[in-house]
Amino acid sequence: MNDFPRWKYALVIVVLLLGVLYGLPNLFLQQPAVQITANRGATVDQALKEQVQGILEKDKITFQSIELNGDHLLVRLPTGENELQAKAQELLKTSLGDQYVVALNLASTVPHWMRAIGAKEMPKGLDLQGGVHFLMEVDDKDVMDKQAQRYADDIRVVLHDKNIRYQSVGRGPQGVVVQLRSAEDRDASLAAISSKVPDVVVSNGKTFGDTYTLDASVKPQKIKEVALNTIRQNQATLSNRINALGVAEPLIQQQGDSRIAVELPGVQDTAEAKKILGATATLEYRAVDENANAFEAQKSGQIPPDDKLFYRRERGPDGKPIPMLLKKKVIATGDELVDASSAPDQQSGTPSVSVTLNASGGRKMLDFTTQNIGKPMAVVYVERTPEIKIVDGKEVRSTKVTEEVINSASIRGVFSNRFQTTGLESNKVASDLALLLRAGSLAAPVVIVEERVIGPSLGKDNIQKGVSAVLLGLAAVLVFMAFYYWLFGLIADIALFFNLVLLLAVMSAIGVTLTMPGIAGIVLTLGMAIDANVLVCERIREELRNGSTPLASIRAGYEKAWATILDANVTHLLAALALMTLGSGAIRGFGVTLFIGILTSMFTSVTVTHAITNLVHSGRKLKGLALGSGYSHAGA
Amino acid sequence: MELFNPNSNIDFLGWRKVSIIISIILVIGSLGVIATRGLNYALDFTGGVLVEAGYTNSVEVDQVRAALEAGGFHNAQVQSLGGTRDVSIRLQPQADQKNADKVATDVLTALKARRADVALKRHDFVGPQVGAELKTNGIVAIVFVIFGIMIYIGIRFEKRFAIAAIASEIHDTILTVGFFALTQKEFDLTVLASVLAVVGYSINDKVVVFDRVRELFRMTRKAEPYAILNRAINQTLSRTIMTSLTTALAMFALFFFGGPAVHGFALTMLIGIVIGTLSSIFFANPILYWLGVSKADLMQVSKENPELARRP
Repeated sequence: MNDFPRWKYALVIVVLLLGVLYGLPNLFLQQPAVQITANRGATVDQALKEQVQGILEKDKITFQSIELNGDHLLVRLPTGENELQAKAQELLKTSLGDQYVVALNLASTVPHWMRAIGAKEMPKGLDLQGGVHFLMEVDDKDVMDKQAQRYADDIRVVLHDKNIRYQSVGRGPQGVVVQLRSAEDRDASLAAISSKVPDVVVSNGKTFGDTYTLDASVKPQKIKEVALNTIRQNQATLSNRINALGVAEPLIQQQGDSRIAVELPGVQDTAEAKKILGATATLEYRAVDENANAFEAQKSGQIPPDDKLFYRRERGPDGKPIPMLLKKKVIATGDELVDASSAPDQQSGTPSVSVTLNASGGRKMLDFTTQNIGKPMAVVYVERTPEIKIVDGKEVRSTKVTEEVINSASIRGVFSNRFQTTGLESNKVASDLALLLRAGSLAAPVVIVEERVIGPSLGKDNIQKGVSAVLLGLAAVLVFMAFYYWLFGLIADIALFFNLVLLLAVMSAIGVTLTMPGIAGIVLTLGMAIDANVLVCERIREELRNGSTPLASIRAGYEKAWATILDANVTHLLAALALMTLGSGAIRGFGVTLFIGILTSMFTSVTVTHAITNLVHSGRKLKGLALGSGYSHAGA
Repeated sequence: MELFNPNSNIDFLGWRKVSIIISIILVIGSLGVIATRGLNYALDFTGGVLVEAGYTNSVEVDQVRAALEAGGFHNAQVQSLGGTRDVSIRLQPQADQKNADKVATDVLTALKARRADVALKRHDFVGPQVGAELKTNGIVAIVFVIFGIMIYIGIRFEKRFAIAAIASEIHDTILTVGFFALTQKEFDLTVLASVLAVVGYSINDKVVVFDRVRELFRMTRKAEPYAILNRAINQTLSRTIMTSLTTALAMFALFFFGGPAVHGFALTMLIGIVIGTLSSIFFANPILYWLGVSKADLMQVSKENPELARRP
């Protein structure tokens, strides 16, 4: 008579327990904290922990604990002490100097054993915690221009090598236009370019009098590849720079083909953020001056006339910057770098970075290396950050230039446009170097196309309102269901409550960022989840009216309602899926919530209620069902 | 408690001519309003700068407007954000789009010149190209949803059901959007999301009725379409209204307590629930009837689908 299999009871219990377990972390309130990470060469260790502790105790700042978590140090402050948090950050910032990044953060208070099994609170969107959101777009036109420029250089070199005389090689509407003096030259160039420059498509262009032209355009797939690389490069450089902003959990994401979304929780000063995001980087290959002592030059200030003093990116063992004397003349620049990637050296197996230059860079490198075998060559990473200062009420724009030597190695042989830097310390060093090299190659400028700043008070306000909307919405539906369907309503209520728990649990476990539209999705799910219960209850009532016994009615009610529930939910899922995949930002958050909500509600309002209903009614002789309908009477 | 007579037999289809004519008038009216007045697109779609400011004491919108006027912002749109202390100020897109934060501080300076008890709560800047793309994406999403649903219903039911469902989806979407054109309430991203949610909600409703239609056709020996459709609506009436009520209850909670961020969303859903519920009863089924749905159409499907064939 009880047709509900035992394994299904077990499934319901297991799922509900998991739901509670993974939903629970959201009840632990986060506490203010200050997070300290190392910047350029510094280390985060036990010594730093003691140093921080000393600084805080000296200024009588009460803190809860200081934790050493892998690469960062977390100072927890008492809950609610936001002013103290700001004070602690300021103090630590000034005491530790720029070797460390000191950021405000919210620390989770979820117990360790919960975190260990992956139970964590949902990350909150900017609209719930305040912060800055930027949407940056890569300037496609600039990418195209630079590509055309690069291939024009390559084509010139090819023609020069083949001894083909040309009138001009320049930028045309489709890419590059080559002007030649005779039809023979044109045919020869066509063949030469096609074989030597595989990334362009060449075709005969118009002829004007004595001038024969060739049109070369960059292959579409190459352009796509370049655009994608540009995005990745920018993404990488942005992550690098954002560290300097002292943001605990920045989010840098590719969006579409040419956009990058940057979210900086807790940041309010957009001007500072923009300054750093707007920086541009380039590279310079320079010869190292071996005849002079850089340390002495640094001390005395006497620098040889052909040289310039630089510092290495990493610091020496004593924590002081390492000076280097490099020649003023630049061998090749970042504009000439085509690609850099890290891979183990094929001969020695040590971590290495292989670099590809374009034709003009390759030629300069060939000239330099033929004369300088065995001598060291360094790469300088140059970053330009635009700065706007207000002087006498007027805006003064200036640029802050940071130059760092990122690598120095001796030249082992003659090379031109392809070479490797081998013998690097680790794979990480190699991939970091490749990243910096790519960052310094011609990355297209990015433009900010969207900017949103949400104040921290508004964030708090939104959370409060969102939570009250969810709770009141839930309460209204619960009361209504209990009132209208009696016992079955109460069962549906239990299911609805668990639906909320499960929904939160799934969202937390897969790390969906909670936003206001997401909260709207939760409330909507609560309102609609009851639909399946209504369908079942109405079906059972119908069965009762048709004269079936109570238990048969329950069984038939669930069975018959299921097909309807399935069809209705699949169509609804389709809508949620479209919201999820086609929408951006606000729409996506809502779509994801709705999608998960529909799935969890199908489980709770069908399987869970069925289990409870059977449990309540099995083993008893029933005269009627407490459905709140005029046709049956409660209790047996 | 039972509000609805389970044996109700209201002749809904009998009103089909009137109800369809009303629907058509409403659709044409909505299209007319959308075409003539257009939608009051929010910043998300138009681009520009939006500043939200909060006062410690209550403030009049006119006061804010005057302060802005004095500060040199001549075509700013000022709106109260529910309550008397928070206002939103919207400025048209400007040529120099890089200085959004400067605009925000300028606005604050202008406001502070009149009243010192004001602070910025947030500011948004959206470039015009982003907005244009969102519009296209939104339309693509709606079209995708409508056709996806049509294909699913075409497979699970029959093509006439699919056509009736799509006609009602388009009807519901146009009416909901028409409401926004008529009232000139701000149409932002969350409202667009809720229009899609209305489509999802409304199709849910139609599928339940259609499912009953299918079942009744299969159960009844002498299936007279007119009677079957009427019975299907009547039998699902109580569920249609119950689900609308619970969803509406949840949306009322969101409308009254969720704050300005989700106001538009809740409002759209509430309107969509009313439109969707009415169109399930008075629009989708008359269309199904006119398309000439019959028992024979549905029996064919059941042969291909063993799961459905098992049913009586």
